Amino acid sequence: MAEQSTWRNKVGLAEMLKGGVIMDVIDAEQAKIAEEAGAVAVMALERVPADIRAQGGVARMADPVKIKEIMGTVTIPVMAKVRIGHFAEAQVLEALGVDFIDESEVLTPADEQFHVDKHAYKVPFVCGCRNLGEALRRIGEGAAMIRTKGEAGSGNVVEAVRHMRLVQSEIRRLAGLRHEELMAAAKDLGAPYAQVCEVARAGKLPVPNFAAGGLATPADAALLMQLGAEAVFVGSGIFKSKDPVGRARAIVEATTYYDKPEVVARVSEGIGEAMPGLDIAKLDEKELLQTRGW
Amino acid sequence: MAVGVLAVQGAVREHLEALRRLGIEAGPVRTAEEIAVCEALILPGGESTTIGKLMDRYGLLQPVTDFVASGKPLLGTCAGMILMAKKIGAAAEDQPSLAVMDITVERNAFGRQTDSFEADLEVEEIDGPPIRAVFIRAPIIMAVGPEVQVLARHNGHVVAARQGRMLALSFHPELTSDPRIHQYFLSMR
Repeated sequence: MAEQSTWRNKVGLAEMLKGGVIMDVIDAEQAKIAEEAGAVAVMALERVPADIRAQGGVARMADPVKIKEIMGTVTIPVMAKVRIGHFAEAQVLEALGVDFIDESEVLTPADEQFHVDKHAYKVPFVCGCRNLGEALRRIGEGAAMIRTKGEAGSGNVVEAVRHMRLVQSEIRRLAGLRHEELMAAAKDLGAPYAQVCEVARAGKLPVPNFAAGGLATPADAALLMQLGAEAVFVGSGIFKSKDPVGRARAIVEATTYYDKPEVVARVSEGIGEAMPGLDIAKLDEKELLQTRGW
Repeated sequence: MAVGVLAVQGAVREHLEALRRLGIEAGPVRTAEEIAVCEALILPGGESTTIGKLMDRYGLLQPVTDFVASGKPLLGTCAGMILMAKKIGAAAEDQPSLAVMDITVERNAFGRQTDSFEADLEVEEIDGPPIRAVFIRAPIIMAVGPEVQVLARHNGHVVAARQGRMLALSFHPELTSDPRIHQYFLSMR
């Protein structure tokens, strides 16, 4: 019997994106540049995070016209963002036929209490996390891919590193526990018990674990891949740099050859200036995007 | 190395795990030298445009073509099958590929991700109950040359084919625990 949009189909698409780079784009022209550079998918949005940060105001799902234009231009998967908890925006994106939905802290949250019930959709979801408990809560709600939150639009990789290291160390800790200790661990993490048991058994998340938030250079991609990311998202880092075409291609190659420093060195040459970065420690707590959602 | 899985991009680990469960020595390969010493090679699922571009930029197309010419077995799943095809349908005019197998494929032929599905498949040469096949933004084989044997169809569309020691599949045997497709491929050595 044929069955559509199964859990294996959803997680399977996430598996197919491993080892690749997912790039933020705001129009068809940028989407084409991303595809030609070798992106495995594009993320359609109205403004890149650096602009959202600079311009302020409420950031929402992108205009369906733009999303359709991007879907009509590239053959690689197209993702798009919805506000945290905004299940009607998610319904719209599913109706448009996007391939993946990012319930994202980069947009202004629509619900401070509840995230979207992601099991209810045919289209798979990715969600951000800052630690293992948050990752497992989102997986419990149906996320088929997890990414670090990092600090989007900052051009500063420090938060993505913090989140990736924390998730990995919490996974290693769970893997060392005895079975009767797992319920207490689930209580401490605020995570579903079944998910905690699965992570303890497998020694990894039950869905692919990607890095996002502040990556701006080929070496940033190589760093996160070596820390255990299975693929990377690059938002403002490409189209806010001096040479998006060269940088996009360089980050793709550095992600594949993340453990070959000679390749990362070569592709890092002559790609011009990276986007300007922000010192996270100097940001006001209210300016942080990563604290949105729970 | 008994079996290499091309590790440029995509679902590499799942193929390695499927092979290791069968007790086969397997590893990721990313250079011409690593490819040449394998007894058999798998091109995994992933994004075919990405994998093709990287193979082109890093000089991996010729080593795989030589690998096939030497008569060693090659398996391509989904994106891997697209890379093997002599002809790729619409919207892929300049997509770098291997073009080693006499098939014409259409990318994303069932539709977008929300059209992805699982189905039971009768596969020729594989005994026992049907194979549970996972299709993800899957390609279809639209036409086959005279030396190509069709192994399976879904709703009339060709989704598995063999030519000599090349095996091409629209679906992902590495995402299920059924070992029969990998066993069949290994028997081609």
